[in-house]
Amino acid sequence: MKLIRLLARSIREYKKNAILTPVYVSLEVVVDTLIPFTMTYLLKCFQGEGPLDLTPIFIYGGIIVALAFVALLLGALSGMQCAIASSGFARNLRKDMFYRIQTYSFNNLDKFSNASLITRMTTDVSFVQQAFMMIIRIAVRSPLVLIFAVIMSVIIGGPMALIYVGIIPFMAALLIIIFANASKHFKKLFKKYDKLNNVVEENISGMRVVKSNVQEAYETEKFNETSQDIYKIFSKAQGIVVLTSPVMQLSMYTCITLIFYFGAHAILGEGILDLEELSALITYAMQVLMSLMMLSMIFVQTVIAKSSAERICEVLTETPDIVNPENAVASVADGSIDFDGVSFKYDVKAELNSLSDIDLHIKSGETIGVIGSTGSGKTTFVQLIPRLYDVTEGTLKVGGVKVSDYDIKALRSSVAMVLQKNVLFSGTVKENLLWGKEDATDEDIARALKISESSEFIEKIGGLEAHVEQAGANLSGGQRQRLCIARAIIGNPKILIMDDSTSAVDMATDMNIRKAFKDFMPDTTKIIIAQRVASVASCDRIVVMDGGRINGVGTHDELMENNVIYREVFESQNNKGGDFDVVTN
Amino acid sequence: MSLRTEKLKSKSRPMPMMAKDPMKTLGRLLRYIFVRYWFIFIVVFVCILLSSFASVQASSMISDITSAIDTQLKVRLDGGTVDYSEIMKIILTMIAIFAVGTVALFAYNRLMVKIAQGVLRDIRQDMFGKMQSFPVRYFDTHTFGETMSHFTNDTDALEQLISNSIPQIFNSTMTIIFCLVSMFVMSWQLTLVVLVTVFAMFFAIKGIGGKSARYFSAQQRSYALFDGYIQEMLQGQKVVKVFCYEENNEKAFDKVNDEYCHNLTQAHKYANIFMPVMANLTYVQYGVIAIVGAVMVATGTLQLTENVISGTQQTALGVIVAFLALSRTFTRPINMVSQQFNSIVLALAGAERIFELMDTEPETDNGNVTLVTGKYVGGVFKEGDGDYYWKVPTENGCSYVKTEGDIKLENVNFSYDGVKPILKNVNVYANVGQKVALIGKTGAGKTTISNLINRFYDIDDGVIYYDGIDIKNIRKKDLRKTLGVVLQEVNLFTASVKDNIRYGNPAATDEEVYAAARLAQADDFIRRLPEGYDTIITGNGANLSQGQRQLISIARVAVADPPVMILDEATSSIDTRTEELVQKGMDNLMKGRTVFVIAHRLSTIKNSDCIMVMSEGMIIERGNHEELMAKKGVYYNLNSSK
Repeated sequence: MKLIRLLARSIREYKKNAILTPVYVSLEVVVDTLIPFTMTYLLKCFQGEGPLDLTPIFIYGGIIVALAFVALLLGALSGMQCAIASSGFARNLRKDMFYRIQTYSFNNLDKFSNASLITRMTTDVSFVQQAFMMIIRIAVRSPLVLIFAVIMSVIIGGPMALIYVGIIPFMAALLIIIFANASKHFKKLFKKYDKLNNVVEENISGMRVVKSNVQEAYETEKFNETSQDIYKIFSKAQGIVVLTSPVMQLSMYTCITLIFYFGAHAILGEGILDLEELSALITYAMQVLMSLMMLSMIFVQTVIAKSSAERICEVLTETPDIVNPENAVASVADGSIDFDGVSFKYDVKAELNSLSDIDLHIKSGETIGVIGSTGSGKTTFVQLIPRLYDVTEGTLKVGGVKVSDYDIKALRSSVAMVLQKNVLFSGTVKENLLWGKEDATDEDIARALKISESSEFIEKIGGLEAHVEQAGANLSGGQRQRLCIARAIIGNPKILIMDDSTSAVDMATDMNIRKAFKDFMPDTTKIIIAQRVASVASCDRIVVMDGGRINGVGTHDELMENNVIYREVFESQNNKGGDFDVVTN
Repeated sequence: MSLRTEKLKSKSRPMPMMAKDPMKTLGRLLRYIFVRYWFIFIVVFVCILLSSFASVQASSMISDITSAIDTQLKVRLDGGTVDYSEIMKIILTMIAIFAVGTVALFAYNRLMVKIAQGVLRDIRQDMFGKMQSFPVRYFDTHTFGETMSHFTNDTDALEQLISNSIPQIFNSTMTIIFCLVSMFVMSWQLTLVVLVTVFAMFFAIKGIGGKSARYFSAQQRSYALFDGYIQEMLQGQKVVKVFCYEENNEKAFDKVNDEYCHNLTQAHKYANIFMPVMANLTYVQYGVIAIVGAVMVATGTLQLTENVISGTQQTALGVIVAFLALSRTFTRPINMVSQQFNSIVLALAGAERIFELMDTEPETDNGNVTLVTGKYVGGVFKEGDGDYYWKVPTENGCSYVKTEGDIKLENVNFSYDGVKPILKNVNVYANVGQKVALIGKTGAGKTTISNLINRFYDIDDGVIYYDGIDIKNIRKKDLRKTLGVVLQEVNLFTASVKDNIRYGNPAATDEEVYAAARLAQADDFIRRLPEGYDTIITGNGANLSQGQRQLISIARVAVADPPVMILDEATSSIDTRTEELVQKGMDNLMKGRTVFVIAHRLSTIKNSDCIMVMSEGMIIERGNHEELMAKKGVYYNLNSSK
């Protein structure tokens, strides 16, 4: 119920259409049921001796045609309203989800994989939409048809309608048994499908490994086994499902036969029934059975949609854990950063902290290098500064104010960050740069490009209007990184954080960028995470991270003197030479 | 049932395309089915015949029984006694026909499941099996999503086609034919009336169908746009957060979402009005038939005949009632098939893609030199336990060459596309047990060399010798068995750690697995995993660190124990400190083997016997570390640039 209430909130402006649909449908059903009824009067005219009287036939025939057209119109109207209501509902669902996702913090985002969010916004929404469409249209129609048809049958046939009383529960019971049994198998089937897809996935992406190890036959065997399992389960499941049409057929044939048998006696014996009424009864019988069939289909659809609905609701109910505080501070005074006893873990339930006891005070305008092996907590450490995650313990201040007291937008536009996994978006170079500052002037852009050493290559690829493909696929790794830096500095932030952002840029350019930072952005606090000692050696201070703690802080010379890890890293890189890709780029 | 896992969905999004030649594909598909299941297929066909015959008879029986009752009614009116025997006879015939129809329906439905699922299984296995024989070039030129979608989207569509559409088309065609015959027998004039109304309905279908098809493809297009948009944006969601770009994003989203919604609404509108329009046109048809029938009765143009099967004399009322029922039976299958038209065309496009995949040229292998184990006993080679030997067929019998791992590339030229040369006149000599390093920046052609040695690609010009044998003459499977490859990208399979390690040598004992892991320095961390060597690896080792995954892949090569190893950027995605750990594992493994080390990081290769510096497809410097340093060339500059 909660599920439905939550989803129903997304109907909004389409409520009118969602209500009109069943109204039209109901009217259509009323008109539709009148047709076989009128038909009995029409057929009556054919009976009896003597020449046919055409006038009533024309009248009744005309009425039927007219009714049919009215029903057609109503049906078409309901179909259209239904389309508007259901597509609109789906649109709002997608919109609500997307807007919700926009409010997610990094922590919220980490809970959902991209692929799963996409499935929820596409496949799941369309399942729910299907179900919605069925519910407002067919779920209204079928019971109505059923009821009207039964009523009409009682009116026409009297006790003959008892035949339905026998058939309906029989058929309903059979259908329930069929679907209950089948769904059991289908559940198993879904798991097997996942397994099959997994085998294919691993095989395609690991094809070189498969071929190098000459394991093609083994892979095929593995696949065939799963494929055979699917065959078995699917055949079983489907074998049960296909019983519906013989069951349906059997019920219908039984109905017809019984109606004829009892009908013949009723007409010829007691004379309580007309021959024409007999044919109307058959039409109604078919309507009854068809609507039963439809109802069972809706049942199945709704069951499928239920798990989709649950997945959608997960997205809608996920509460963003980083929100704007009341009376938020609207501007950042300067680029000073103060960590006081900061600890952090990604999951409250996690045993170990990802960061422990961080105490560090950075003056505005300082350049700080951060170095450490993978998993030492470098990225986590810097992501706390623009409040991408909230600290678990301790306080973190930027410009003398706790980060959690700032207006998030104000804080983040002052703290620019170049993420390690950075992304450019499809569009022009300029469009990408404007992400950093919407109203950037041409001078702003030129300056940012200059500092990031991008002017030259941007010129080469066709200037600011040059097209950037999705994820910047048409640029080299180094070009992408430089453009990402330009995007980050265009708003002239108070703090600039670069998370391993020049790894694909060659040494000389890297050095030029660092120098430009110093010359053009002297007041900006710069934090540079790097793998290469050379990239951080010239920083005012260097922080060495290890196991989520600060292992040492100091200048290059100080650390060479008294920090073991720093020295080790330096030696591992320097004694054995450089990196070919980087140097010759 | 459309079955997709969450993961796959995002990766596999081929643009919906129409089949190039749907009829040819349909024909091929039917042949594919018929060849395998011809017996069941024929039984199904007969059952469909019986079932549609029964359903048509159901309608014309209505005429018979109505006529019979009508006749008896007149008898009663005339004061005679009612004779039920005629009516009972018809009812019994009806029961018999219905019974046959239901049994036939049941039978063909069940059998069709067998065929459909069987065919799907065969097609899947066929596809997968064929895919194993594809050259690596195929996987390099097709995206993962593209290949994957053949197993997901295309197969799903095909399933629909085989299990629903094909039997339905058969059934419908049969029903239409039977119906037409029955109607003609009863009254050709009324049949004409039915045909005219059906013709009118056809126009309605065409009108609605045409529009719906247009919106259907418009909807597909805007879906692709929508999907692409959220794909890109969600990918960059963290960047969005960092730049506070949420609002702009919402605006842009609304645009694609609204566009999608618009087309979706239109497509659904037409799909939704289809049903009521058709159903009610059938009623219009009713009215028209009744009126025309009446006129014909009045003018005496309606000729009443006997039913061919039951021999019942028909009355006007009976014929009209029967026609009403028959016209419905006649129109329904036409509606059903036309409603499915879109999905049939889509499914055929899927089938076409599947067949295209199956038609892909497999890797060719003309090698006749095979790998055997055995030893020389008194100057005569005996196959059996022992060392690896190449068995080289000669004019009279064969000779045996010990597999040692001496590799020579002589004047090798290669290009992936036949246009842009990647390797130019490359010569590499790796003697048994030597460590040869290839170094150079990305795109210099280093990895290409490893692709050529294990014959993932074939060289354009020149020769590659393995123990003096041209590798073109060695059976690929055997050649690859003797080459161990460690790639930068580690691919682990969903299986236990143990099974992952013995991947290249499934016959390896547990002891051998442990030994290999120890050699690769992986034993330690593996034993600390929750279930040690029996821990199941999932998601390509998502819960292992990059270094750990690489160690497992090194252990994998250790178990296979090949004479030649290729380390292709094996440590380049690992940071320098972790690299040292992995390096130890690799050093252990390299002992006594010919090793090719491909790297762009100098630390990896310093102790090689021979270092070749590559640039733009050529080897520009060669020698060991000291020699190259003394040369003061490119290599020297690299080392001293710090």
